[in-house]
Amino acid sequence: MSEHHHHHAATSPYLEKRRDGEQTAVLEARVKAIEDLLVSKGLVTTAALDRMVEIYENDLGPMNGARVVARAWTDAAYRERLLENGTAAIAELGFSGLQGEHIVVVENTPAVHNLVVCTLCSCYPWPVLGLPPSWYKEAPYRSRVVIDPRGVLAEFGTEINADVEVRVWDSSAEIRYLVLPERPAGSEGMDEKALAALVSRDAMIGVTRAEAAAA
Amino acid sequence: MNGIHDLGGLTCFGPILREQNEPVFHEDWERRVFANMMLSGSFLGPVDSYRHAIERMEPAAYLRTTYYEHWLAALETLSVERGLADAPRFDQTLEAELIDSIVATGMPATREDADSTPRYALGSEVVARNLNPAGHTRLPRYVRGRRGVVTALHGNHVFPDTAAHQLGEDPQPLYQVRFSARELWGPEASAHDGVYVDLWESYLEDAQS
Repeated sequence: MSEHHHHHAATSPYLEKRRDGEQTAVLEARVKAIEDLLVSKGLVTTAALDRMVEIYENDLGPMNGARVVARAWTDAAYRERLLENGTAAIAELGFSGLQGEHIVVVENTPAVHNLVVCTLCSCYPWPVLGLPPSWYKEAPYRSRVVIDPRGVLAEFGTEINADVEVRVWDSSAEIRYLVLPERPAGSEGMDEKALAALVSRDAMIGVTRAEAAAA
Repeated sequence: MNGIHDLGGLTCFGPILREQNEPVFHEDWERRVFANMMLSGSFLGPVDSYRHAIERMEPAAYLRTTYYEHWLAALETLSVERGLADAPRFDQTLEAELIDSIVATGMPATREDADSTPRYALGSEVVARNLNPAGHTRLPRYVRGRRGVVTALHGNHVFPDTAAHQLGEDPQPLYQVRFSARELWGPEASAHDGVYVDLWESYLEDAQS
């Protein structure tokens, strides 16, 4: 749908906007002013803020979602529960909470390919995928994926046959969407742990597929 | 508010640039912004207020700044508007021991005890109303006036248009609505494809047959 003739030197939207040392010092001072107020007023402690960072930097990430997917691939009853009530089935594996209070799992099949966006901000299922990558939060993906999903998929190297239905899920409310990718050919006989290693973050957003050789 | 944040359907932003092995945070100040935003909700929230504060950024600044700069702008806007500097000391402090449970429990948006019977059923044909409110809304411009089909009922959810302005939760039925790609983007779009958007009952009206 669109031809681009941009020649970006930067390799990511984040790096393109990266601040220099002086600008960073200003940003540091601005956030410190807010934090000092919140802490001095007794709303939160510094240790509580530190713990919050630790959880999202270390404990939550796409490895959680990959376990959910691998379980669904190997346990038909679990897959059914997952598609029926994503939040509850995901909680069975110990994943729940902020920005995943209401999770709906959508399944890729030979006839349907799903992908997830938040056009209005950057809503994303944190308990199973962690915090989103920059490209998910930036204008190019958020704007174009609803009008040209096949073009966006092609940019990620994912070709979709013309007769396959592409479903784009715009996370406009507090429902969070997770894509259950198709189990890849060549993964027969693998155990759950080996299967989880085949499931990438991008496959659970729906911009790529799970591939047996991708691990 | 018809703001710059409502990006769905624009095609002017160029390719999707990706950073390989991107870290969760690039800079320490981003960690602090994240944590301060997540844990200040009892005074600066709810979540809808933060979103609306980001939406009110100067549009060019919105596009040229990064995600955590948006969050920082929202923290500053809300701190000023709610009078954080002049607020009395809070009685209840969020201590580190509480954080794991806050993260794991979350803040559900459903209000199942709300007395609200859904007007629409699975398969109902609906039209997204042509609303252009001055305040916060989660009705994307690209679906306004477009016809869709209800594909799921999500129960009663807090209504962001009022919650963002501290005007109450006004819980109402939330629907998953499928819009065909052709309905949204015209005859050149794929006949198979569709976009699914979660919409509150007051965003919807009956489709004329």
